[in-house]
Parts: sequence; C-alpha cells; structure tokens
Amino acid sequence: MANNLGYEFKKGLWQELPPFRLVLGLCPTLAVTNSAVNGLAMGMATIFVLFTSNILISLVRRTISSQVRIPAYVVIIATLVTVADLFLAAVFPDISKSLGPYIPLIVVNCIILGRAEAFAQKNSILPTAADTLGIGIGFILSLTLMGTIREVLGFGSIFGVKLLGDWFEPWIVMILPAGAFLVFGGLVALVNWISSRKTEKAAEAAMSR
Amino acid sequence: MNNIVKMFLNLVVIGALSGIILSGVFGVADPMIKANKERELKEAIFVVLPGAKDFKVLEKTVGQEKLIVYKGIDENGAPVGVAFKADGGGFQGNIGLMVGLETSYLKLKAIEVLEQLETPGLGDRIREDAFKDQFKGLEVKPKVEYIKYRKPEKPNQIQAITGATISSDAVVKNINRAVEKVVANFPQEEMTRVEAAPQKAAPKEAGNGK
Repeated sequence: MANNLGYEFKKGLWQELPPFRLVLGLCPTLAVTNSAVNGLAMGMATIFVLFTSNILISLVRRTISSQVRIPAYVVIIATLVTVADLFLAAVFPDISKSLGPYIPLIVVNCIILGRAEAFAQKNSILPTAADTLGIGIGFILSLTLMGTIREVLGFGSIFGVKLLGDWFEPWIVMILPAGAFLVFGGLVALVNWISSRKTEKAAEAAMSR
Repeated sequence: MNNIVKMFLNLVVIGALSGIILSGVFGVADPMIKANKERELKEAIFVVLPGAKDFKVLEKTVGQEKLIVYKGIDENGAPVGVAFKADGGGFQGNIGLMVGLETSYLKLKAIEVLEQLETPGLGDRIREDAFKDQFKGLEVKPKVEYIKYRKPEKPNQIQAITGATISSDAVVKNINRAVEKVVANFPQEEMTRVEAAPQKAAPKEAGNGK
C-alpha cells in the first residue's frame, strides 16, 4: 500500500509530468509564465484547487450518479476556484492583478477535470491525495521552471532580483507569447530526449544481462 | 425513475453547498478587496499630489457621466492640487492613470499608473519612473504632446518610449481628455478655495498601539 502511494505520488514528477509529458494544462503554462513568481503563484493556486476538489470528488464518488458526474465535478471545481480567486484578490492583490483572468480559468484547466475522471472517481482518498499532490507539485515545478527561463532571458532577473548586468540585452520576445512557445517546445524536446535515453539504457541493460 | 430523483438531488445538494460556501467566503473577502482598492487609490492620490496631507472628494454629474476629482490640501487646508482618474484604451486594454494637476490648471504635478495591460517589456514601461517623471511640471496648455526619438523641445512635450508609441500616445491622450473635462466642469475658484485644516493626525499615524 505504502509502495503504491509512493508510486502514485512520484509519477506526477516525471512519468506523468503534466505540461511536458501529459501535455495537459497548457493554457496557464503558456500564458502566465512570463516571470518566475507568476508561474509559482499560478502553480500554487492550481494545486490548491486540484488537491481539494479531487479529495471531495473521491469522497462523493459513490453518491454521485454517473450521468451527472461532470456537472457535479464542474460545480465543485468552480466553487474552489472562486474561493482561490477571492483569497488572492483579498490577500495578495498584486499577484491577483498580474495573473488577471487566468485564475478563474483554472476551472477549465484540463488537469483538474482530467485527474478527477481518470483517478479520483475510481480511487479512495489516500491514493487520490498522493496522485494530486504529485501531479500538482510537478505542475508547480514545471511552471516555475518555464517562468524562470523566460524571466532570465527576457528581463535578466529571477523572482524580480537582477541577475545579469547591464551588458545583457534582454530578449523581449521571451516574455511575449511567442517566447512561451519557444521555451515550451525546447523543454518538451529536452524531456523527451532524456526519457528516450533512459529507455535506451534500460534496453541495453536488459540485453547485456 | 429512482435514478432521476438521485441525479436531481445530487445537483441540488452540490449547488446549494457551493452557494453557502461562496457566500461565506465572499462575505469575508469582499471588504478586504474593497479596502485594497481604496488604499491603492489613496496612495496614488498622494503620489501625484506631493505635499498633500489630506484630500476632499468633489463630485459632479455631467450628462451621463460622473466626474470625481480629489482636491489635495496641506496641513493648513490650503489647496496643493487636484487629482483625478484618466482612463482610456491603450495597446491591449484599458490604461488607468491618476493625474495630479496644479490648481492653476496650467501644469501637471505628476502621474501614476493604476492599471495597464500593455506588452511586458515594451508598453508596460509607462510604469517606469523615467517615463512618469517627464510629466512633472509639464504644461497642459494647449495640450500635452509627445515626440519620438529625441529630447522634448517645448514645455508641453514628453519623449515617447521607443517601440511603444501606441502606449505613450494613449497615456498622453488620456491625460488630455481628462484634463479638458476637469477644467471645463470644475471652476478654478473651487480648486483654489482654502478648506478647513485636516483633522489632526490621520488615524494611521495616531494609534496602532505604537
């Protein structure tokens, strides 16, 4: 059981890393990662909604009749997203301003409904918690990484701290929408390359045995 | 039949619970959000009216529109300037400015950007001090103008941000439009009239158990 939980958690960090391996949840991945702090904040808001909504869905999975499960899940998710949106606007007005309309759009983030359909509605609370935490942390790391790369290249800073000197001419394209696609493509290629290397090595090891 | 009842109950219960949760959270968050907005507005007013210790809100309805200006006063109640909002379309969305005007109606005191959705790294440089400071002491008669690639020559000109002419133009247009409205609708006597001195020590500095 514990082994299983460990696996459910770990798979979200590499094997099913949301934006790069599952290629899900691309709207926030591309739209808000123009700085590291925005990526991190978006990831935190998403993991909150992902975790709480999937726990709830796992709890009510036997009482909801399957014909109305999608509307029921959407209402649960939308409620939690609104809570997150109001919380950010009240406590962190600056972050809420820079994320703008992308917080309400978490409702339609396919990772959340995707995990609900693929996992939470078939599993009890503990595996669901492990699964969503793994996927959520994978999502936070991916978004923060994207944000960091784009911020370093586009502004020469990390989390608003100046990193590169005046000699550095910022690549403004990196913080524009086009930069999101460039960085995303690069990272997907990198992730695929690493994982194909891994499979090759595993195959070689199997051969030599 | 049974299943239909179940489906119905499922959705009703979930909807009702969601409504209860949301109204609870909204009740807590809404005053905080309003307070944040108000604080932002106040801070902007004091930024564009340096020397002001307090302000009076003056309102006027012109046709369909409601004009609000904030008359800044110093510790003796003498007017130091008038602040007002200037909204208008920029490159990608609304640019909201707070504009400070001298009571003579001839020169700007300063401007502050309240909201903007301009391109990061280009248009959003209207938030930078280097751009905003150009408006300090700028003449508004006959109107504010911008000039490209070189230093301004006339006292009513600013230099546009290279690569962000549309954003710079929008800022200038917003200011001109708002200044015109305020000058036309608020007689200057109203602005130069001395007000009662503000209450001793604003509550912020007064207590807080310090």
